[in-house]
Amino acid sequence: MHEMSICEGIRGVIEDQARAHNVTRVTRVRLEIGRFAGVELDALDFAFEVVMRGSVAEGAALAVIQLPGRALCYDCMKPVEINHRLDPCPDCGGGKLMPQEGDEMRIKDLEVA
Amino acid sequence: MSQERLIEIETDILSKNDRYAEANRAVLRDRGILALNLVSSPGSGKTTLLCRTIEALGDLPLAVIEGDQQTENDADRIRATGARAVQVNTGKGCHLDGHMVGHAMAHLALEPGALLFIENVGNLVCPAAFDLGEDGKVAILSVTEGEDKPLKYPDMFTAARLAILNKTDLAPHCDVDLDLYETNLRRVNPGIEILRVSARTGAGMDAWIAWLRSELAAKRFAGAAQ
Repeated sequence: MHEMSICEGIRGVIEDQARAHNVTRVTRVRLEIGRFAGVELDALDFAFEVVMRGSVAEGAALAVIQLPGRALCYDCMKPVEINHRLDPCPDCGGGKLMPQEGDEMRIKDLEVA
Repeated sequence: MSQERLIEIETDILSKNDRYAEANRAVLRDRGILALNLVSSPGSGKTTLLCRTIEALGDLPLAVIEGDQQTENDADRIRATGARAVQVNTGKGCHLDGHMVGHAMAHLALEPGALLFIENVGNLVCPAAFDLGEDGKVAILSVTEGEDKPLKYPDMFTAARLAILNKTDLAPHCDVDLDLYETNLRRVNPGIEILRVSARTGAGMDAWIAWLRSELAAKRFAGAAQ
């Protein structure tokens, strides 16, 4: 469900941009998705294909650039990079980490024909 | 001849929602209205907690936006307390969004200095990503749900300012460790505030009501200062 809403958001942005740039066909959509954004990439792929039908981006390729997850460790007070939301601090092993970056969900660019 | 070219857009996927949310936030700021987005899994006791809360707040001006996929049941329960409520049915949707809440706010015609509760669709996943323009999210977690709930659905608890550990009257009957709930909440959000409440017996309600009054006073002050 979540991935469907995200793709509906993507479609809205693409349609606005296509109008603004007089574009009739989008061939590739590149996203930047943070590791903590909670987006399941397989589900996103599936939803993307379905949601783009009937739009200028029907059949477009989807490329995803994954952005790292960064958190502040409340034990050693250092900013650290972690792969998974519940990973311990790689520096001190602490378990209380507040995410700072990694929840991004952005459309980076469109390749258009 | 191929004319492929690249258009840089660097736009947030949820930017449309964020624009609606920002418009809601501006209205709330100008009128000094405190809006809280209540999030939880289905069955955490959100509506009962809200009904008890409304009774405890007495004649303070307030209104409720109820989000559910179907039925008017929750809005009916809120209206039975005498409070104004508007029900938003999301149909297949799994969360409220900024646009829906903007419409509901217009419908409620909120007076300055009021308290607005937005009871989101019972769902610990999607509502975390959709800004409604609220001042903060309050996550309600009932003690029957399992101590590891914050670890299973960290995003929601990371996004919340306050967690209410509800149904504490049931704790002795279901072998739960309330301290472990708090440890796990702080693991995913070291800054979160936590209150233990039983909406049914009224235990802990005073602290919750005091929290609400203090947040509302701060919002009204900020509105007036502006």
